[in-house]
This record gives sequence, structure tokens and C-alpha cells, in this order.
Amino acid sequence: MEEHLVDWSRAQFALTALYHWLFVPLTLGLSFIIAIMETIYVKTGNTVWKEISKFWMTLFAINFAIGLATGIIMEFEFGTNWSNYAWIVGDIFGAPLAIEGIMAFFMESTFFAIMFFGWDKVSKKMHLLSTWLVAIGSNLSALWILVANGWMQNPVGMVFNPDTARFEMNRFFDVLFNPNAYSKFLHTVGSGYVMGALFVVGISAWYLLKNKEGVKAKKSMVVGATFGLITSIFLIFTGDEAAHQVALNQPSKLAAMEGLYDGHRRAGIVAIGQLNPDKKIGDTQEEFLWSLEIPQALSILGFHDANAFVPGINELVYGDTDEHHIESASDKIAKGKIAIESLKAYKKAKKEADPLAAEKSLAQFRAYEKYFGYGYLENPEDIIPPVALTFYSFHIMVGLGTWFFALFFFLLYFAMVGKIEKQRMLLRLAVLSIPLGYLAGELGWVVAEVGRQPWAIFEMLPVGMATSQISTTAVQTTFWLFAVIFTGLLIAEIRIMLKQIQIGMGEH
Amino acid sequence: MFESLSLLTLQQYWWFVITLLGGLFVFMMFVQGGQTLLNTLSKTETEKNVIIASLGRKWELTFTTLVMFGGALFAAFPLLYAVSFGGAYYVWMAILFCFILQAVSYEYRKKPDNFLGQKTYETFLYLNGSLGIILIGIALATFYTGANFIKNDMNLSSWTNHSYGLEAVLNPFNVLFGFVIFFLARSQASLYFINAINEEKIVGRARKQLTIDASLFVVLFLVVAGMLLLMSGVAYHQESFSIVEYKFLTNLIETPTILALLLAGVVLVLYAFYITLFRRSTKGIWFSGTGTVLTVVALLSLLGYNQTAIYPSLADINCSLNIENSSGSHYTLTAMSYVSLFVPVVLGYIYLVWKSMDKEKLTSQEVEADHHHY
Repeated sequence: MEEHLVDWSRAQFALTALYHWLFVPLTLGLSFIIAIMETIYVKTGNTVWKEISKFWMTLFAINFAIGLATGIIMEFEFGTNWSNYAWIVGDIFGAPLAIEGIMAFFMESTFFAIMFFGWDKVSKKMHLLSTWLVAIGSNLSALWILVANGWMQNPVGMVFNPDTARFEMNRFFDVLFNPNAYSKFLHTVGSGYVMGALFVVGISAWYLLKNKEGVKAKKSMVVGATFGLITSIFLIFTGDEAAHQVALNQPSKLAAMEGLYDGHRRAGIVAIGQLNPDKKIGDTQEEFLWSLEIPQALSILGFHDANAFVPGINELVYGDTDEHHIESASDKIAKGKIAIESLKAYKKAKKEADPLAAEKSLAQFRAYEKYFGYGYLENPEDIIPPVALTFYSFHIMVGLGTWFFALFFFLLYFAMVGKIEKQRMLLRLAVLSIPLGYLAGELGWVVAEVGRQPWAIFEMLPVGMATSQISTTAVQTTFWLFAVIFTGLLIAEIRIMLKQIQIGMGEH
Repeated sequence: MFESLSLLTLQQYWWFVITLLGGLFVFMMFVQGGQTLLNTLSKTETEKNVIIASLGRKWELTFTTLVMFGGALFAAFPLLYAVSFGGAYYVWMAILFCFILQAVSYEYRKKPDNFLGQKTYETFLYLNGSLGIILIGIALATFYTGANFIKNDMNLSSWTNHSYGLEAVLNPFNVLFGFVIFFLARSQASLYFINAINEEKIVGRARKQLTIDASLFVVLFLVVAGMLLLMSGVAYHQESFSIVEYKFLTNLIETPTILALLLAGVVLVLYAFYITLFRRSTKGIWFSGTGTVLTVVALLSLLGYNQTAIYPSLADINCSLNIENSSGSHYTLTAMSYVSLFVPVVLGYIYLVWKSMDKEKLTSQEVEADHHHY
């Protein structure tokens, strides 16, 4: 394999995924907010709500278009840049993507036409149904993507077939009802709902600060803040469950998220702190330069047991077989290499039509099969994801999530008591919180994906084995093309969006 | 129901699903064809807006069908997906870039402060409709002519040159195949406009344009069909592959169903041209659409059945792919077969929505009055 190919392949996927995630959350959240607004219009017959709905629909469409543009590449990159992955796990991973197409994409794109062009062509109720179906379709799409991603975090429902040299699905419903997938789905769409709400309250706040669109902005503010308050509570609970799933299934990610080097019982959570940049795995330096810890919280939140042992990075790398039965990474790597060699021997014996040798090699492979992926790693320390990036991303995300809850609470309170336009500082904070919502969403994905490293499929397939065997130059070429095109389209999107907001709610 | 089917039957069923999705995708390419006719069929800004509006209400379905085609290929034939996308890298990336550009162009084209200007977005639409479609044709043609890949014992593939698919343009059949699809898309676009738009001048120009595009399509189709039937193909017996002369012609003769589908498809497309050009009918798109689906199903069926390779390797013939060595497992194909039962439901609601949106033909008045015009 060419040098740096994996890094460039990862960089390209990260670039395209981060760009895509700038637009998806708004689609997920705003679609429901618009559906609620249109429902109020249909229920009350008040045309102001129709105008409000149409205004937010205009912004939705601008965002939706670039979401599609950045989304199409995501599906195909599994083939173009991760073709080994596409073969090794395609039997399992391809299914949710195909189901997403059949069950979600068509619903979204078909009813989108009625939502935007059908006001005078179908009945009010049919139009409302179409708006709801676009929202449901968008969220169903997220469901299937998160089923696929949840499986990457916690692979279940499959068996390795040595003849085809790939993993094959043997329990569809295990894949579908993977607890990791559901906690991720709920938390991810929850973040989209909060983003949608932040967008609505932020823009409404801007109008109120500028003394424009008074009634419509206040109505939008009430819907946005109510939706935001409910969904930010939902986000906190689903976040707790997502972290619980990480604790159960991905101890290395949890250790990195918490900067936990030495595991112990009654482990606390560092609420805020600065990692020691000189700290290395296995040394005796302090983990943090300074920190504020909540005692026992990590054991309680991670394992629902204050006395639970939370393994740290050192135990995961060097093992702790005496007390906690944790195998060292070097042992796992050694066993993985035996699995790889046995598989090669099996394939050779099959080719040479030597059934006895094949049977023997296969038996040995099966004995070490669960370490197979480890055989492609070189150093025990490789099993730990980048600690600083995972730790800070996680903590900033949690901090922002807490802020959004407080923001929605105060906005709703003042909107309900009728004094919202006088709360100028709060309104300014609402405007400033729009980019913070995007930041929190991106950081969430950094935790999920960087925290899974070095694995493409957790403990099964390292990223180094998953890439397409193409030249680094080819990937670099497309990386820069994506960077230029997506940046250009993002600039266009922001400018168009800002112009439409400036034009106001009446012109739509 | 599907559990009791053999693996081979499931593979054949899924190849049929792929051919059907391929057929629907090629039919829906009238959107791309229309994008290349934007300036040809309009003389005023209002006329251009009408054309854009008529395409703008359909483009997402084409886009979604492409995504669906990719998803189904990934799920049902993961090795074909891995080898082709992971090897013919530059070609597929170029295709995807063309579709990325399309996705924003309708929405952003006329919006104030759109950064790149209306002309740029219209150029994006043209690129998508021309380069994007021709490249898709070239990529599909390599399923007949082969590509430069190898795979190892673990079924991990690599390309044997550094042009990553671009070398396909050196094969005249591949390029002609691309242009056949391009002129079919343009012909169908004219048929679509004639059916969907109630603007005399646009419809008049579309009829004239159809004469040109349909003639070019028919000539090129005959050339490509002739080349296909006379060319050698790759056949397999168990795990060994070999080159067989007139393989596709043989397949056609030995499988009357495919022959019947192909003939019916071609006749329907020709009939659509005939009634539109000589009987002033506006219903041509439905005949040509059905004909296109049937023709594509037949042409792709020539690859998947009768012991034929679906992706011949030019580097090592025994690395070639067929439906048996590139498919998902029996379990996954069974599970996905249940999911495929949703396809008629999806087609059903698309039909109903399309019908309710197109019950009246599009006029410039409607486009001008629409709050959300493109």
C-alpha cells in the first residue's frame, strides 16, 4: 500500500462527512418544525402561519439542495475509497443503505415536489401530509444510516466466511435492533432537532433585534423554543444512553472521551479540565494539568453502578489479567496474526485440494477468529484513538448541549410572558448560538468516528485494511476538488440564505 | 417465501432488480437530456424558466434513482460495487462531481446573491446532462468490454494501471455507448416537454429538436447494437472464464425472453418517435419511457444470465466477475428480497404524486406566479 493512502482516504471521508453534516441536522429538525407550523395553519386557518411556513420552507429548500449535493458522495465513497471495506463487510453494510434508498429517499424526494410546488395543486390536507412525509422520510433516512453506523461501532449479527473471505450477515434483526444503533439514532436526530430549533430561534431573534417581522418572528420563536426545549431534554437523555452503550461496547473510546489512563472503581467524570500534553501511554505523569471532577459519576453513568470498574487506557493497552480479565493489546495482536496466517493456510489448502490441511487450518482460524482484525495492527498503543481530540470534542459538545437547554428555557419563558423583544442580550445569544449548534453536531461526529479509531469496524477491521488500493495522488486530487467545490457551494448557500433572511418573511 | 429459493435463483432475481433500476434510471435521464436543451428550446428568460420548472419538479427522482441503483448494487453485488467504484475511480468520481453540481443548481440558479451567477449554475446543469450522462454510459459499457482489474485470494481488488478507469474512453464501443444514452436522454427530454408543457413555441422547438436527436440516437443505437452482437464476450463454467465469440448474440438467441423484451422496447421507443413526429401526439414519453426500461432490462440481462461475466477483467480473465462470485450471501439476498417488495409501493406513490402534480400542463403563468420558482 502506498504511504499515506489511508490518511488521505480518511481525510477525504472526514472532509465530505463534515461538510454533509453541516446541512443534514437542519433538514432533520427544520422539517418537523415546518410541519408543526403548517399543522397550526391548517388547524386555525390563519394565513399568517402559512406565510411563516413558506418562509421557513424557502430556507429549508436552500439547505436541502446542498445536503443532497454533499450526501450523494457519502454512499459512493464506500466503493471508491473503501472498496476493501465494501467487499469485506458489504454483505451486511450494504443492506441498510439500500433500504434507506427504497424506504426513505424516494419518500423524501417524491413528496418534496408537493411540499414546494403543490400549494395550488392538491388539497390543504394532502399538502400537510406531504410536508410531514418529507420530515418522516428525512428521519427514516437517518435511521438506516445510523443502523449502518451503529453496526460499525458495535458489529453484531454476522459470521466470517473463510471461503469468500468476508463477514456475512446471519441475523438481520440483530443488525436492525442493535442497541448501539438506536441510541446513536435517537441522539443524532435529537441533535438535528435542536439544530433546527436553534436556527429558528436564532433567526427570529435577529428579526426581533432589528424590529422586523414582529408577529411572525414571535410566533416562530415560540414554536422554535418549545420544540428546542423538549428536544434538548431528549438530547440529554439519549446522550446518556449513547455514552452507556460506548461504556459497554467501546472501552477504548470511553477512556479517550474521559482522558482516563488508569482505570478504577468509582471512577469520576472530569467536568472540565486541561489534558497534560506530555502525558504518554504507560508513563507516570499526571493526566491533567488541572481539572474539576465529579466523583463516581463515570461509573454511575457508564455502567449504572457506582462501584463499577472503568478500564483506563493503560489497562486496555497493557492488560490487567489478574483482577479484571483484560487481555493486553500485544497478546491480541499476536493472536490476530495467527488468525491471518491460518486463513491464508486454509485458502492455500483449498486451492491445492488438501481437505485435511484445510480442516486443520480452519479449526485454528476459528480458535483465533475474534482477534482477526488485531492481526493487522503493529503496535499495542495503536488501539487507542487520539485522546486530546476525542476528549475535547466530547466535553465541548456536552457543554454546548447544556447551554442550548438553558437558552431554550429562557427564550420560551420570556416569549410566553410577552417580553422577549426586551431581552436584547438573550436575543443576541440566540443569534450567536446558531454556529454553536453546528459546532456541537460536528464535534459529536468527531467523538463517534475519531473515537472508533483505529477501527473501521470496531475490533474487526482496521482502517488500514479497508481502503481501496489506488494511488495516493488520485485521492489527493479528489480531496482538493471536494475541498474547492464544497467550499464554493457553502459560500453560495450562506450568501443565498442570508439574503433570503434579509428579504424577510413576507416575500415568500 | 424467498428463503426456499436457491442462491443462484436469488442472484438472478437480484440481477433482474438491478436491470430494472438501471432501466428506470435511464428513463429518468430525460431530466439530464432536458438540461442540455435549455438554451436550444428557449428564446426568452420566461421560456427558460418554464423548462427549468418542468425539469425541477422531477430531477430529484432521477437523483434518488441513481442513489438507489448504487445502494442496490452495494447490497446485492458488493464485489462488483467494490471492484468498479474502487478501481474506475476517476470515472465514477467525475460522474459524482457532475451530480453534485446538479443538486444545487435548480435551487440556487435564480436566487439573489447566489455567488456564482445564473450562467454558472446553468453550465453546471449542462455538464451534468452531457458529461455526466456520457460518462455513465462509458462506465456501463465497460461491463461488456471489460476493465483493468485483478483480485487476490481474499477477493480484494486493485486496478492494473494508474488511469483508474479513464482508459475506457479509448474503446470506441464504450464512447459510442455513452453517446447513445446521451441522445436517448435528449430525445426523451423533448418528448417530456411536449407532454408536460403548454407553451406552443417551446413544444414546437421540442418537436424540431426531437427530429435531430432521435435520428442521431437511432443511427448510433444501430451501430452500438451491431457492435455488441458481433463482439466477443466472457463466459464462465464453474470458476473458469473464457472468451466466447458472439457471446451476446448467442445469449439473445438462446434466451427468447430477453429477445422479446429487447424487440418490444425498441419498437415502443420507435413508436413514440413516430406518433410524436408524424401524428402530433403528446403521449410519446410514456411509450418511449416504457420502451427504454424494457430495452435497458434486456441489454443488462445479456450480461447477467446464460453463464456470462458481468464485469470481465482485461488484466486476468479469471479475475472476472459474474453474478455468482460477486453477490451477497444467501441470507442477505433473502432479506433484501423481502425489502424489494416495497419497490411496487414506491413506484405506486411516485405515479400518484406525478399524476396529481402534472394533471394540468405547465404554463408560463403558473411558473411566474409560483412563490417557489427555480
